[in-house]
Amino acid sequence: MQFEGEHLLPGQIGHFFVLLAFIASILSTIGFATASFKSDLVQKKSWLNFARIAFVTQLVSAIVIFITIFYICANHYFEYMYAYKHASKELEPKYLLACIWEGQEGSFLLWTLWHSILGIFIMRKSKEWEAPVMSVISLAQVFLIMMILGLYIGNIHIGSSPFTLTRNEIEGPIFSQANYLSFIKDGIGLNVLLRNYWMVIHPPILFLGFASTIIPFGYAYAGLQTKRFGDWVTPALPWALFSACVLGVGIMMGGKWAYESLSFGGYWAWDPVENASLVPWLILIAGLHTMVIFKATGHSLKASYLFAFLTFIFILYSTFLTRTGILGDTSVHSFTETGNMVRFKLFGLGVSFRMMNLMIGVFVSAFTLSSLGMLIANLKKIPSEKKEENINSREFWMFIGSLVFFLTAVFIIAKTSVPVYNKLFGTSIAQPEDVEFSYNKVVILVAIIVGLLSAITQYFKYKKTESGYILKKIAAPTLVAATITTALAIFYPLTYYKMGAGLLGAAYAALFAAIYSVIANASYIWIGLKGKLKSAGGSIAHLGFALMLVGILISSSNKEVISSSMVNGINLQLSGKDPMTKQTDNPLENLTLIRQVPAAMGPYEVTYLKDSFGNEKGRRFYELQFVRKDKTTKKIKEQFTLKPDVYIMKDNNMSSNPDTKAYFDRDVFTYISYAIDNSKNEDTAQFKIIELAEGDTTFYSNGIVVLNSVVKNPHNEKYHFKPTDAALMADVSFISKDNMRYNAMPLIEIDEYGVNQIDDTVYAQNLYVKFAGVTDTRKIKLGIKESDKLIEYVTLKAYVFPYINLVWLGLIIMALGIVMSAVKRAKLSTFYAALALLSAGVGLFYMFLFAN
Amino acid sequence: MKKTHIIFLVGIAALIVALIVFSAGDFSTYESISSAKKKQGTFVHLIAKLDKSEPIEYDAINNPNYLSFYAIDSLGGKTKVVFHNSKPTDLEKSERIVMKGKMQADHFECKDILLKCPSKYKDDKEQLQKTITNQQDSAY
Repeated sequence: MQFEGEHLLPGQIGHFFVLLAFIASILSTIGFATASFKSDLVQKKSWLNFARIAFVTQLVSAIVIFITIFYICANHYFEYMYAYKHASKELEPKYLLACIWEGQEGSFLLWTLWHSILGIFIMRKSKEWEAPVMSVISLAQVFLIMMILGLYIGNIHIGSSPFTLTRNEIEGPIFSQANYLSFIKDGIGLNVLLRNYWMVIHPPILFLGFASTIIPFGYAYAGLQTKRFGDWVTPALPWALFSACVLGVGIMMGGKWAYESLSFGGYWAWDPVENASLVPWLILIAGLHTMVIFKATGHSLKASYLFAFLTFIFILYSTFLTRTGILGDTSVHSFTETGNMVRFKLFGLGVSFRMMNLMIGVFVSAFTLSSLGMLIANLKKIPSEKKEENINSREFWMFIGSLVFFLTAVFIIAKTSVPVYNKLFGTSIAQPEDVEFSYNKVVILVAIIVGLLSAITQYFKYKKTESGYILKKIAAPTLVAATITTALAIFYPLTYYKMGAGLLGAAYAALFAAIYSVIANASYIWIGLKGKLKSAGGSIAHLGFALMLVGILISSSNKEVISSSMVNGINLQLSGKDPMTKQTDNPLENLTLIRQVPAAMGPYEVTYLKDSFGNEKGRRFYELQFVRKDKTTKKIKEQFTLKPDVYIMKDNNMSSNPDTKAYFDRDVFTYISYAIDNSKNEDTAQFKIIELAEGDTTFYSNGIVVLNSVVKNPHNEKYHFKPTDAALMADVSFISKDNMRYNAMPLIEIDEYGVNQIDDTVYAQNLYVKFAGVTDTRKIKLGIKESDKLIEYVTLKAYVFPYINLVWLGLIIMALGIVMSAVKRAKLSTFYAALALLSAGVGLFYMFLFAN
Repeated sequence: MKKTHIIFLVGIAALIVALIVFSAGDFSTYESISSAKKKQGTFVHLIAKLDKSEPIEYDAINNPNYLSFYAIDSLGGKTKVVFHNSKPTDLEKSERIVMKGKMQADHFECKDILLKCPSKYKDDKEQLQKTITNQQDSAY
């Protein structure tokens, strides 16, 4: 059949370049690998040239594929599955990139692109290391491009192509018609949860972090392959630093995103997906330190190999966890398995896999087994220092620190991998009751150790330090840190009582360790380095990390829920006594606000004013007015409006986006946890006008109405008018048949903008009262509506996060410290070093502190 | 690797082992509704789905922190569920619900709910078929 209106050319071009990229990556792998084993210089050179051409071909192809997908999505060619699934006509152009990496194919492509671009730098800069390092990168490219290959060999479907056609992928009666495209009005579009500025910026940075970890891996391989066992460390170190910076920033961007636009209520939840990217970072940091030790002393070379390999291996493992659907029920992120099932005969047993999972599995195992295998085979040959590290030496304590980082990574990944054990052994182990606590109680001990180590270790010298030296230098920072911690404990205590005294004690210890590290690292820049900022990258990075720890400890210990049902006077079924405070603790965190009725929330009086529609269809903003009054004088000290929103999708699912009022020292954070659809909540009742004089009485359907009085320019708990204003308020009482009395105070006001009517409501009787006007006979016209409409309300949660800015500030300082180390180790010229620092600094400050 | 190292390694390894053993106690398990009923008061995970024949009770104005509904699982078990929190918006549409909590007498006292909704599964072909067929219907 000839289908109408299809654009098949871009897909054919795209698919051709996928195949070209695949073949080119195989050729470049062969070329670089052969070159790395050739000792004859002429042959080596010609293989290198061949491999470089193949790699560049692969890069160009990847770019073309990317542009083609972009073109298809941008033009809404819904005949392509990718455009149908990820793009839609109402999608704002800024999210077009985001819809490319929303899909699995797109994110593999992004990863491929970064590898290609990093490869170009390696080819230009790494000199004699080019061939072995590039052979590793090229091999990874073979696997990555295979994931989007979309090739059928017999029944086996290798990789899922981003260029498949909708009519081939899904069955439906419409596809039997030639004009089926005219029925597909719109695509499914980008998931609403992901329509966010962070979705545009976070995946590329995170994937650059992922992609760059292959370079230390490649150098470590090169060290083994060339038998120049120790020489790889120097060129690999700047790359490892680059990777640590980008990956660290990428991870925390995810945290910031979760914090400001997803309703998780925090920036870190120990979700498997978060853990999966944190673990390689921790190992990378361990590796960085062992590499520095090796460069300074010759110790820790084997550990450097191991950590360089494991970092990338765990990147692959985390891909395996997040892409194969094995995490299933444990994560808030939703995953599915893709690809067709394939069956194999394995040891005479029929085994079935999803093809995609199998391919990812092969990718992980290939890199894991070959690298670790090579390391074990060469273990005896790798030189190591005969002399033991002195306990008074810097390298000894740095090594302990690395080990702590590594063991923390092992702990986290062991816990995160529970679904894998369940699959392997058929068990049904699940996460504990309080997932966060089960991680926090271990990690807080790590924070204590790491804080102390990063404070003290730099004051040691490599090889050996005279014993008096340390005490003399460290005395002042210790004293200052102890004083600050004590002062905090007295004036701004941590209130993390929930988990008992043990954890609170640990939290204080960690707080001391972190503050200690901030102070000690800051003073080391002056005492140890004599203010030589050029060499201070390490100290600055440690300072930033420690500051981040301080922020994490304070913001998570003293996070406060200010929306609680208690204030509505509603009964609470759940109320346990807190073991520490002996106060009733309230696990109920949702508060319902009825429109125009203020409710107390922490120090604020909050009123749901109105809701309004945003630019995008289905998005509704709730205007919440926060007012803080002086306790005694009742004067308004502060007033601001937050507009959290909900997004109702085409299929009526709802997503909620928080809004935050950011202060220097705290954030007020709120999001809608439940809302009714007001658009479907039409009111058919009309206002009935009645005329009353002061003291008059009349009937309404459920009782009598009394107009008690009319007040000019009222000044009471609800209104605050000055004598010079022009406002009239009716004080009305409704007395129902069951003898309940309800008061209402509708008002009419004339100001420079015109006439305002402020209606009042009696929810218990479903009544709306309007001050409609005054008659010639000086009677008051009251509009009364007995509504059949539901009350407008919204249910929300609100928190106060104190000192959360320390987390972001610490991260930025850490990242800049790492950049400083990297540019120093890479021996960049002053111009490029300044450029790198400046752009990283401006970018980070903007993204984390000013962008919202 | 000399004695100081070994001492430290052993010390740290012991600490880690201790921590894992210490935290092993707070793993929980996935249960069916009937097996969870036998473990009254124990924290478990249930995988079930919404029983659409029973009403969902949620009135945000009276109490935004009380939701109750009935859940059934594939083994035919059925239980009332009470969740002291706001109603997840996609509850009615969910195909599968992972609930964490404790069985208490007549109901499952739920602490956390994770919904698996068809709309989140763009890669689910059956769902896509439904969507695309609906588009055709609305076009006529």
